[in-house]
Amino acid sequence: MADAQGMPGLDRRTIYEKSCCGRRAYSLPATDVPEVPLADIVPAGLRRQAPPRLPEVSEVDIVRHFTGLSTLNFGVDNGSYPLGSCTMKYNPRLNETTAQLEGFAGLHPYQPESLAQGALELMWELGEWLAEIAGLARTTLQPAAGAHGELTGLLIIRAHHLAQGRDPKRVIIPDTAHGTNPASVVMGGFTPAPVRSDARGGVDLEHLREVLAEGDIAGLMLTNPNTLGLFDEHIVEIARLVHEAGGLLYYDGANSNAVLGISRPGDMGFDIVHFNTHKTFSTPHGGGGPGAGPIVVSEELAPYLPAPLVENAEDGRFFFDYDRPQSIGKMRTFYGNFGVLVRAYTYIRGLGPDGLRRVSETAVLNANYVMEAMRGLLDVPYERRCMHEFVASATPLKEHGVRALDVAKRLLDYGVHPPTTYFPLIVDEALMIEPTETESREDLDRMVDAFRRIVEEARDDPEKLREAPVTMPVRRLDEAEAARRPVLRQRFPEDEEAGAC
Amino acid sequence: MPQGATDYVPHSAADLGKMLAAVGASSVAELFADIPEDVRRRESLSLPAGLSEVEVLAELRRLAAADAPASALVSFLGAGIYDHHVPAIVDAIVGRGEFLTAYTPYQPERSQGVLQSIFEFQTAICELTGMDVSNASMYDGGTALAEASVLAGSQTRRGKVVLSAGVHPEYRQVLVTETAGHGPRPQVVDLLAGAATDLAALERAVGDDTAAVVVQQPNFFGALEDVAAAARVAHTAGALLVVVADPVSLGLLEAPGRLGADIVVGEAQSLGNAMSFGGPGLGFMAVAKPLMRRIPGRLVGQTVDLEGKRGFVLTLQTREQHIRREKATSNICSNHALNALAALVHLSWLGREGLAELGLLCARKAAYLRARLLELPGVTAFTEGPVFREFAVRLPLPAARLAEALVPAGFLAGVPAGRFAGQFSGPAAAGLDDVLLIAVTEKRSRAQLDEFVAAVAAHLGAGDRASAGVPGAEVDRG
Amino acid sequence: MADESYPQDLRYYKEHDWVRVDGEDAVFGITWFAQDALGEIVYADLPAVGDEVTAGSPYGELESVKAVTDVFAPLTGEVVEVNDALQDEPQRVNDDCYGEGWIIRIRMTAPGQLSELLDADAYKAFLDEA
Repeated sequence: MADAQGMPGLDRRTIYEKSCCGRRAYSLPATDVPEVPLADIVPAGLRRQAPPRLPEVSEVDIVRHFTGLSTLNFGVDNGSYPLGSCTMKYNPRLNETTAQLEGFAGLHPYQPESLAQGALELMWELGEWLAEIAGLARTTLQPAAGAHGELTGLLIIRAHHLAQGRDPKRVIIPDTAHGTNPASVVMGGFTPAPVRSDARGGVDLEHLREVLAEGDIAGLMLTNPNTLGLFDEHIVEIARLVHEAGGLLYYDGANSNAVLGISRPGDMGFDIVHFNTHKTFSTPHGGGGPGAGPIVVSEELAPYLPAPLVENAEDGRFFFDYDRPQSIGKMRTFYGNFGVLVRAYTYIRGLGPDGLRRVSETAVLNANYVMEAMRGLLDVPYERRCMHEFVASATPLKEHGVRALDVAKRLLDYGVHPPTTYFPLIVDEALMIEPTETESREDLDRMVDAFRRIVEEARDDPEKLREAPVTMPVRRLDEAEAARRPVLRQRFPEDEEAGAC
Repeated sequence: MPQGATDYVPHSAADLGKMLAAVGASSVAELFADIPEDVRRRESLSLPAGLSEVEVLAELRRLAAADAPASALVSFLGAGIYDHHVPAIVDAIVGRGEFLTAYTPYQPERSQGVLQSIFEFQTAICELTGMDVSNASMYDGGTALAEASVLAGSQTRRGKVVLSAGVHPEYRQVLVTETAGHGPRPQVVDLLAGAATDLAALERAVGDDTAAVVVQQPNFFGALEDVAAAARVAHTAGALLVVVADPVSLGLLEAPGRLGADIVVGEAQSLGNAMSFGGPGLGFMAVAKPLMRRIPGRLVGQTVDLEGKRGFVLTLQTREQHIRREKATSNICSNHALNALAALVHLSWLGREGLAELGLLCARKAAYLRARLLELPGVTAFTEGPVFREFAVRLPLPAARLAEALVPAGFLAGVPAGRFAGQFSGPAAAGLDDVLLIAVTEKRSRAQLDEFVAAVAAHLGAGDRASAGVPGAEVDRG
Repeated sequence: MADESYPQDLRYYKEHDWVRVDGEDAVFGITWFAQDALGEIVYADLPAVGDEVTAGSPYGELESVKAVTDVFAPLTGEVVEVNDALQDEPQRVNDDCYGEGWIIRIRMTAPGQLSELLDADAYKAFLDEA
């Protein structure tokens, strides 16, 4: 059982509250050019009247402040993080070294291409590798995140149909889909058309046929394995049906960690694939980002990819090809989250095809190992092997007045980061568990043991769970009040007096 | 375990044996039995074989060595990404595993570090921009602008957004692409000669169908815009004012919120983040209070726990996709948390005095360089009027040629504006091939500025002599 | 939070809204079942006085921390009063959903629609089926 987290006596004030008049950390070169007065540079009407209330602290203050804050966090570096569909695998430090090489970090996006040949080669090669892993043809590295990749893919679907003189509006999404899917569909100018899952957790083919028969089909978005951690065995048939109806298939690559080198979405029949490098390819989550969401498309859809694409000329030179008249345009400034892509490239280069395959084999083994151990503890609603993740239900604990939320909070006291809760929506009191391949057998046993003790506590002393966590820097927080009366920035003393927002 | 490749899987052969027994399988292959044969990949992926760590590093170093980073040359490149000094403490803090490898703070009790730092970042952005509410950051300035346009459209229920051509051309392209299926349609108003926004044309373009007016401050060519006047144009028509702001300038320039902005977006890479070939950057968005429940992206709010202790949580999540799904304000699921942390550390290091001093230093260096360049024969001002740290000049020959010629002399002379010619029309667009956009940061010493001027002068002089030597030749304006 | 109840003097609509008739006016709110499903309400997005509401269409939204729900109009009419207290205290809808937690008052323009609403027993039966 974990002890109280955070350093004893940690000063929990904000950096603003720690500010003290006149303290400073910065140093700047002395002015070595004529000291033109500010009034001559910025006209009166545009000059700052009141300075921004940034902190006044020394460098030591800053380092201690943020070091202290870091101790209140929990990363993969601290312990197991079995968040379903997030693939919280170890973030190799080698990736950090390569991403910070001056020849990458110090590049300006507009510098002459002749001075960025290494970066261009890296991008080109990464694109080729992702295409091979996906089983499709051409890659764009522009999208900054999975959701961003989804929107890119949907805009490509839109462009494809418009080029054929059609404008279908419906994109089919299973009821197990992640929330970004329907949101992206709407942003792409489409309407989501839900399809049900069958008893084995795959797409209900009967219902799919009904939905397709209603017509106006632009495409289908699917994750395979799905958010229940199950591989949809009907995928070839699903692809055939959707293509017959004139639609395209979009693969949400969030669960790719299960099938690297084992099954490729292109071979399953998908036309567009996105990968989350911060899931499958080990780039760090950073507390919420940055990630990257590159997409790979079939040869037929390549003309619609965002511009520019990296090309390799006959003389061996790499360059940005802007001459893409059917491109949907630009999905973001410049070329992509290059610093993140260097990390993904480093990872793939080191692992090679055998290493990637081993990643998936181990991810699936680890998930099944945990699932078997959990069968006696919680309800595991599907009677088949899982892939890289599985969903358990905390419903059996309801009779003790304990919910999935309470289980999650008590896990914190056991030093295990909780799994994803209340998703997917079709499982009651869902706990979605994805150990990933970088957890050892002991780590997994320890995780299961924590669940075991919690299930016992649910029977013998449920109040303990409802009060959890008790060893964290804070107890359960009043989220209702935070939503009712939002305080979204520091209140300075003068704001309180003035009654400002 | 594979030889000669990196591998992060901890299991030994013994572990594998025990685990397979526990799941009742005789081999790992059995675990994939659900995958139909016709979609199984039997051959290895056609990728280069794995490498050990030392070899991977050698490979990546080889690639990096084929690049010329800003540190190898004296750089005047800007246009949205700037070569500012990133203080040493930034990387020391951002590299800590508890920040680097943490997930999104959905379990707040175990994520107070991330949550508090985002709260402090949101505060900093509000302070810089003079707005009430900032989100937890976005991908980049371009996508932040696209989201601002959609937000304005849904708030006003109007279908058009009018942008000054002074807004970064790539941001405008992103706006067009991202809103192709959804959101107001954009209309661009040309700049005046001298590179400032044509307020009269802006006024004519704005009507009761306009959701927002967008200007950038300083604009793409470095001109300082009359933001208050743009606010009047927007508000008179019942539209919102969106300002694309440069955070480093906000120690010197008035906060857009005090000049009438309803939404402020921009790119904050300049604070704490390496240029990294243009990504990952740091988009930001800040809004006035009435837009609080519509702002996209994550928000961190302050609250108390069961014992009354202060804590921070993700809040107003009902705006977001994981709850609202198809009715969400946006599909954005993430933020650039680590980049935001870097910016926060940098801003804390600068503090209120340091940011103003940094801005003044850059502005004075830019003013000096601009004055010296404008003394050279044939060099004229493209951007007229006051500028902050970036400005454009018109050369007597193609800017791309000058830039290329100065590389061997050790300079990245600036961004030739001709590469954006397709995004401009009207008086400011004529002869863009001769225009060079030059940015000056605190890293440029006076000696470097003087050497740069001499190099430009030498090249211009050489250019004149080369063409003058041919009887009847026109000066090549190619 | 109050105990589960469905007052006999009200009429009910299948989207879990209640109606209290008051002369030419009708007052709307959500039922105990709806507020219980939503959880602690943190925000109410309501129409303005003068807005038209249409039977069967949503006229606003209620948000809890983890969910959003549309609020449906059981009858057609014009909004004559809005419960502004919900701005600062949206949780009144949880604590007293039939009293202080009322949401809007309308002037009915099609009183004939009243006959299509459920009485308390029919609504309870409807809940049991679901």
